[in-house]
Amino acid sequence: MIRISSEAIDPCALRDALFDDAAGAYCSFEGWIRNLNEGQSVMRLEYEVYEPLSITEGEKILAEAAAKFPHLHAHCVHRSGLLEIGDCAVWVGVSSPHRDEAFQACRYIIDAVKFRLPIWKKEFYTNGDSGWVNCERCAQHGHAPPNSG
Amino acid sequence: MTSETKAITVRYFAMFREHAGVSEETISIAAETAADVFEATRDKHGSAEPLAHCKVAINDQMADWEAVVNEGDTVLLFPPVAGG
Repeated sequence: MIRISSEAIDPCALRDALFDDAAGAYCSFEGWIRNLNEGQSVMRLEYEVYEPLSITEGEKILAEAAAKFPHLHAHCVHRSGLLEIGDCAVWVGVSSPHRDEAFQACRYIIDAVKFRLPIWKKEFYTNGDSGWVNCERCAQHGHAPPNSG
Repeated sequence: MTSETKAITVRYFAMFREHAGVSEETISIAAETAADVFEATRDKHGSAEPLAHCKVAINDQMADWEAVVNEGDTVLLFPPVAGG
């Protein structure tokens, strides 16, 4: 399941939904809003989400992960709207029989979410400027997009 | 290759919406592919993002830049994404 939320993410409640008697491992990722990006002091941030295609593309990503890693349970929630420093912007959680698959699946999902979902973020800086963040920088930093089709 | 003029509705998001000044417009364009629509609107609105950094959807389905556009289609132009 993937969900777009305009409300704060509650990782504990989301984690509980992944319990499974067959799962020996749980792994999660939380993306937080930080106060510095590319040398600029960030005050807050706004996510614009095109929800219809974020949901369909997100469901494809979770299905791909489930095909790669058998017996996987996976959820993802991404925020929309205005967020403050320290807020959780995205949460990915997986449970699986073993830890290696849990780590790999969690990484696969968050990397694909960042590169494939139609989501944009606008940073508002302490000096009064603002700007759209271009995640192509992530690729330049060596994190090649997984299955970017 | 010459193409017949088609009425295409273009939807803009994030920085593309700011460049265009509108979230949506219908244009008449001699376009064969989604890439043709991208190039025409980029020239019209003065965007500088390379096509390779952007994504496109046609009628709410993710598409390739070489996908053919037809009369009445809605083309969604996505600037570089930055989720997470």
